[in-house]
Amino acid sequence: MQASAQLTPTHADSAAYKLGITYPDVPLAEKQRLFDEVKADERFHDYLYGCYECGICVAACPSARYYDFSPRRIAQAAAREDIELIYQQMQEDIWDCSQCFSCLRCPRGNNPGGIITVMREVAVNNGLESAKQALRGYTRIIYKIMSTGTQVSPDMLQADAFPDWGPSVARVSEKLDLWRRALPPETHHTTTTGWQISTKTLVELYLIWHKTGALNMISELDASLHSLLEEVMEDLLDEQGYELD
Amino acid sequence: MTIPVEKVAGPRRKNKADFQWSEEHAPEDFHERLFELEEKGELVVQRVDTEHIEVPVKYGRTKKVPIGHTWHHKSCGQCGHIPGYSTSIFWVNRKLGIEYEDPSDQTSCTAWNYYASATSNAAAQAAVAVRNFATAYETGRFPIIHCGTSFGHYKEVRHELLAHDHLREEVRRVMDALGKPLVLPEEMVHYSEWFYAMRHEIAKHQVRDFSNIAVTVHPACHYYKLVEGDAIYDPEVYGGQRTAIVSEVAQALGAEVRDYSTWFDCCGFGFRHILVSRDFTRSFVTQRKIKRMKEEADPDVTLTHDTGCVTALDKSQFAAKAQDPDFATIPVMSEAQFAALAMGAHPYLVCQLHWHAADYKPLLEKMGIDHEKAWAEFEEATARLERGEQKYLTWEDADV
Repeated sequence: MQASAQLTPTHADSAAYKLGITYPDVPLAEKQRLFDEVKADERFHDYLYGCYECGICVAACPSARYYDFSPRRIAQAAAREDIELIYQQMQEDIWDCSQCFSCLRCPRGNNPGGIITVMREVAVNNGLESAKQALRGYTRIIYKIMSTGTQVSPDMLQADAFPDWGPSVARVSEKLDLWRRALPPETHHTTTTGWQISTKTLVELYLIWHKTGALNMISELDASLHSLLEEVMEDLLDEQGYELD
Repeated sequence: MTIPVEKVAGPRRKNKADFQWSEEHAPEDFHERLFELEEKGELVVQRVDTEHIEVPVKYGRTKKVPIGHTWHHKSCGQCGHIPGYSTSIFWVNRKLGIEYEDPSDQTSCTAWNYYASATSNAAAQAAVAVRNFATAYETGRFPIIHCGTSFGHYKEVRHELLAHDHLREEVRRVMDALGKPLVLPEEMVHYSEWFYAMRHEIAKHQVRDFSNIAVTVHPACHYYKLVEGDAIYDPEVYGGQRTAIVSEVAQALGAEVRDYSTWFDCCGFGFRHILVSRDFTRSFVTQRKIKRMKEEADPDVTLTHDTGCVTALDKSQFAAKAQDPDFATIPVMSEAQFAALAMGAHPYLVCQLHWHAADYKPLLEKMGIDHEKAWAEFEEATARLERGEQKYLTWEDADV
């Protein structure tokens, strides 16, 4: 198997290279560019201090028990700047992580889960196929969070969405409006959000998504979701007299 | 000692009975940098300036937990799918005569878009956190955070804001546009820390005897693994070698806390996994948590203190039972619901146990609660809503 870019010493030492390059059609320069984005993130340097290769993170990791996944390999590849392996991990591994941060048990102070958070953001920002696949079926969640500032809403509890959760879901769904009105806290009488959220709160939230670039992050991932959210936000901001830059 | 250190001694492992945290190996106390930036006028620190209780955290440090005058930062998962969780937190406050605010000017931490989908960034997450803190600050009340993930995430956000000048500048620009100051609270306080701090007061109001109830505890990863120093470690509980959260509340209520080998394992929630890769969550919950608890501790209930943990541990058991009729289920609830039940709360009107999946009725019977009578009372109350006699049930209706 031939690499499509000129080999560097690091590249030739790469674990992925030795095993066979898994994404030969992606130029090395592109793989390097993506890693540079990961490395440029300030959090990256808080999350990586080298690796003893002790495997404590793997022993603590729930995902390692059920997937071909290893937080140790994530920390090692990042420490060695193994461009080929890091690219492979961005395409194949990072979405298996449970984000529980049990790997913070690392005696070296590494945070493999945190490195993965940064790698995932780079994958999303660059519209990598792994991100598109992993988040397929997840669009509604992104929409809910960005448009309401909350995620888990009572009306998500539908029997056909959670058949494996048993009959309690169907009972809740059937009685949803009644049982929400039976809750003593006044903020809880809602079905589309977990609690009643004021319009002022949403305006401020939408301004945050705009001003921090969070809204733009999803344009590469899902253009139609991005357009929909942009429209919802602009409508409310217009109505409330806000003009965006 | 409430739970002796010997309880954590496994085979071939000898623990130091008088274990002490080493100051030399302790991470820097974030307060130093926080107050330094406050003095420079870079941010506003909301102080715990009302009546409070000091609780022990890791490395021999303490944390101030305000008793009242609190601003409740709710959890979307608790309010949405486990409403008896937040209702019980509020009910216990009310029973103890403690005044609080349940705001509508509050978003969640939105960390689902950080830990699950990575469709947010550090500046956006910090701005969402600070907007909530500034809103609490404007009311003069101190934030109490219901969700373990929000608590852990906000500790991460605090670290990043204190460490990175340009992130503070970016967030300050956003807050300027919102007309709000850049506020960080003096302490990040999780609701379960309030329950720990108030455990003896709660026990004074106990009306149900729990001395025959055995519990296992699942400590939430995002509570004590994320920014690990800032979590309750009590020398009286497991010699301070394990977080005392939840365990000490159960002990104070007279229940027996039983240990099991996979206590450190996460619940398998996984964020995106619970929604789109649930086979992983279900496998982890049943094989690594519920089966182990049952075989090693045989508890009447398992208690935890975070949204995702209650959801994953409770909901995942149905499929395992459907596949294997011999699979022994364990009811799951938060320690807030457990404490409310101890104080006499109604299992349905307050604790909302009908939203839970694993069979909790044998537990209620063991607690001396007539669940059939309680359900009839709930149905009678909701019938009043159906007949249009009332639009909503109130706190007064919850105390039958």
